[in-house]
Amino acid sequence: MNNTWESVIGLEVHVQLSTESKIFSNAPTKFGQTQNSQASLVDLGLPGVLPVLNEKTIEMAIKFGCAINANISSKAIFARKNYFYPDLPKGYQISQLDDPIVGEGKISIEIDNKEKFIGITRAHLEEDAGKSLHDKYENLSAIDLNRAGTPLLEIVSEPDLRSAKEAVAYLKKIHSIITFLEISDGNMSQGSMRCDANVSIRKYGDKEFGNRTELKNINSFRFIEKAIDYEIARQIEIVENGGSIYQETRLYDANKNETRSMRSKEHANDYRYFPDPDLIPIIISKEKIQEIEKSLPELPEQKIVRFIKDYKISEYESKNLNASRELSNFFEKVAKKISSPDLAAKWILGDLMAILNKNNSEIQDSKISSEDMINLLCKIEEGSLSGPGAKKIIELCWSSSESIDVLIKKEGLDEVKGEDELLKIITRILEDNSKQLEQYLNGKDKLFGFFVGQVMKETQGSADPKLVNKLLSKKLKQ
Amino acid sequence: MEDLSKLSLVEQINGLKSKKFSSMELTEFYLKRIDQEKVLNSFISLNENALTEAKKSDEKIAKNKSSSLEGIPIAHKDIFCIKDQKTTCGSKMLENFISPYSSTVYEKLSSSGTVNLGKTNMDEFAMGSSNETSFFGSVLNPIDPERVPGGSSGGSASAVAANLCSFATGTDTGGSIRQPAAFCGITGIKPTYGRVSRWGMIAFASSLDQGGIFAKNALDAALALENIAGFDEKDSTSINKKVPPFFNQAKSKDEEHVVGIPKKIIDDIKDDNVKNNFFESLDILKKSGVKVKEIDLKNIQYSLPVYYVIAPAECSANLSRYDGVRFGHRCENPKDLDDLYERSRAEGFGEEVKKRILIGTYCLSAGYYDAYYLKAQKIRNLIKQSFMDAFKEVSSIMMPTCANVSFKLNSIQNPVEMYEQDIYTIPANLAGLPAISIPSGKINKLPLGIQFIGNYLEEGNLLNLSNKFQQNSNFHNE
Repeated sequence: MNNTWESVIGLEVHVQLSTESKIFSNAPTKFGQTQNSQASLVDLGLPGVLPVLNEKTIEMAIKFGCAINANISSKAIFARKNYFYPDLPKGYQISQLDDPIVGEGKISIEIDNKEKFIGITRAHLEEDAGKSLHDKYENLSAIDLNRAGTPLLEIVSEPDLRSAKEAVAYLKKIHSIITFLEISDGNMSQGSMRCDANVSIRKYGDKEFGNRTELKNINSFRFIEKAIDYEIARQIEIVENGGSIYQETRLYDANKNETRSMRSKEHANDYRYFPDPDLIPIIISKEKIQEIEKSLPELPEQKIVRFIKDYKISEYESKNLNASRELSNFFEKVAKKISSPDLAAKWILGDLMAILNKNNSEIQDSKISSEDMINLLCKIEEGSLSGPGAKKIIELCWSSSESIDVLIKKEGLDEVKGEDELLKIITRILEDNSKQLEQYLNGKDKLFGFFVGQVMKETQGSADPKLVNKLLSKKLKQ
Repeated sequence: MEDLSKLSLVEQINGLKSKKFSSMELTEFYLKRIDQEKVLNSFISLNENALTEAKKSDEKIAKNKSSSLEGIPIAHKDIFCIKDQKTTCGSKMLENFISPYSSTVYEKLSSSGTVNLGKTNMDEFAMGSSNETSFFGSVLNPIDPERVPGGSSGGSASAVAANLCSFATGTDTGGSIRQPAAFCGITGIKPTYGRVSRWGMIAFASSLDQGGIFAKNALDAALALENIAGFDEKDSTSINKKVPPFFNQAKSKDEEHVVGIPKKIIDDIKDDNVKNNFFESLDILKKSGVKVKEIDLKNIQYSLPVYYVIAPAECSANLSRYDGVRFGHRCENPKDLDDLYERSRAEGFGEEVKKRILIGTYCLSAGYYDAYYLKAQKIRNLIKQSFMDAFKEVSSIMMPTCANVSFKLNSIQNPVEMYEQDIYTIPANLAGLPAISIPSGKINKLPLGIQFIGNYLEEGNLLNLSNKFQQNSNFHNE
């Protein structure tokens, strides 16, 4: 983008942990419920209420720490982070400052086929705030405290990222780790994973960092890339025109694709952190860490290697299939049920992904289930359904409520033509296209493909292309 | 009929059981007394259902289904939340706050069969040593109505001393049970930090606050304390230890005592009357066969400054939830969010509360945290250690409760002089130790108290020592 300026990026990722109840109360954490129906006395911050830690959050944080080979603190302390905001009921957020539960670790990402390690400074537990709704009532702001107290794991990276692309690769890696660990659903559109980016620029070769701006609350992979790219360009333009960058918080506006100043450092809060006297320090034994480490589920890296070995698929395919836990599980379900798993890899990464992308869907929302896929691939394997037929069914299946078998029947794709029938069709097509036949016989070999196409068209794709080829060349030689 | 209100708790329980009088009669007696002594301003609100509760108790007694304190009319400091009843904490901020839930202390006493007469007056948010900071006006000392009852639990102390209830609950953060007990000539106990659940007890300084009891004598206090102590999973700082039978322990002849005399503190007592009273009290103990040993409590002289950093720091965060958004006082026609916060809090809080919030906010601010809060915590640990060292040699420590007798209303204007009221009581809060104050004589008709501080969870031992003292003296009946 620019040969003079190097961008330096660090990310703070907030991950909602998928516990049944909140981090300090027994209220449920379900998304999309009636406003304030999931807020208990504790979440409302009533006089006299006290927090009680949900131990599951500690286990989940340790899982994450183990997965990135980080130091797990032997003692975790919760602290109060003080600031006033209407959706922060107590006037402080229970978070961690000193002794975060997860210490230094690292995460590998792949950029231009090269592995790069990104340092993790820390990951700590905290409670989420509620939501302020400013456009629901005229001249009034409403507050929904359903989200208040939802457990968050805040993962802070070192300023090791050098481009928006790297930032996205890093985020995707975090997403894959947390979903494979099953500690979060990672649903970005519901805010289960949110990201703040610290962005600065400096001249290549410089040791010092430039002043950084913090981009707040970006909640999609696409927006993070756009927001960072915009911010880098903005900073370069200012500096190249003789200006300076001031430390400030900026908000990314996805509609306008720009960042706007939210507050400058002069207005920065002094959070007055201090240990929360309502919560005692959590002592984490080595035994507990070892126990959790042993019970860790298979992580993407391990699965990539195993898939190559077990299913004889390429490294490229294995990596793509392990981009998310859902996709990985989908593939494995299908691969186990058919005799050539590489076929599953090709179809899932090919036609299935194509239709998912076309419809802006994720594998977990796929209208073609793993059972459907097994059904289709088995039919292809036994030769009762052609490739083009299967392609057609995938497309039809997406917009139809009918089963695969019904669709195949309806489209007549089950009536795969026998040799005799195909020969009849071939004979007829050669008769109907006597001109082309003459040209072919005079040496225009290319027309072979034309005849194949005509046969396929006539059979609506239900014919086996190999068989058509065989019969056609036999007929033409006569 | 005899004056039922003058009977001790134990006598009342026996009277109710043997049907010498009913809970209705006893309750009516107290309600009449409360009405007669309205001028004391001991209560903020009365429970309209007191007689209904008494009736239910009488029915239970008739069916021999009574609980341990069945039909005993008591009063609660207005810091304990009671469902569907006003809980003001002595503040305009919560003038109209009706709690949607009940504190554990109330729940426990309610299921023990007590009748709730009402909520007693207190210093605003328990901040004060004279009950003069209450939004609902000062409480008068029944011994001399020109004088203060002490604070912050002044209403409870005055109510018990004036025979307006059988016993009363209170809370003690820096002496708020013991000092008013001494000023009003009654027995007041603050148990070990964590012995009584803080759930539903409105927080002032979470690491110091502890619920306790005001009663006519040590045996009554023991019986009442038995009924509020115990582990509560809703309070993370609650101690998970079985509660011993305090009443039996208080009466036991097997308890052994070695009473520690902190020589330096006693030598430094400024008021000769207080000093003489201390030694007279010591003689009473010695005569009853108690062993005495001089001890040295290092760093105890720093208790007051340490307390006035930690307590305000914690209160500055604890009181942030009173922001005018969800409950409590809200200013009229706020012009924006900051105005809502600023005026709601400026109007809702009294001067003493504001002063402490400001001190606490200052102590926690960036650049001051280490010098104030952190240093205070370090000294607090040293003070704890001094006590631990002392308890290797003695079973309890004896000190005056206060440096003086009750003073006249509005006579102390200098805040530091007021803060010095708690000079002998604060160390037990900093260390989290149980402590009790019992009457030890009078100076010009005004009561003085003597204080025993015990080792962790040794409330029984303290109550036994206090009972021994009361068996060999008559100050508690004067």
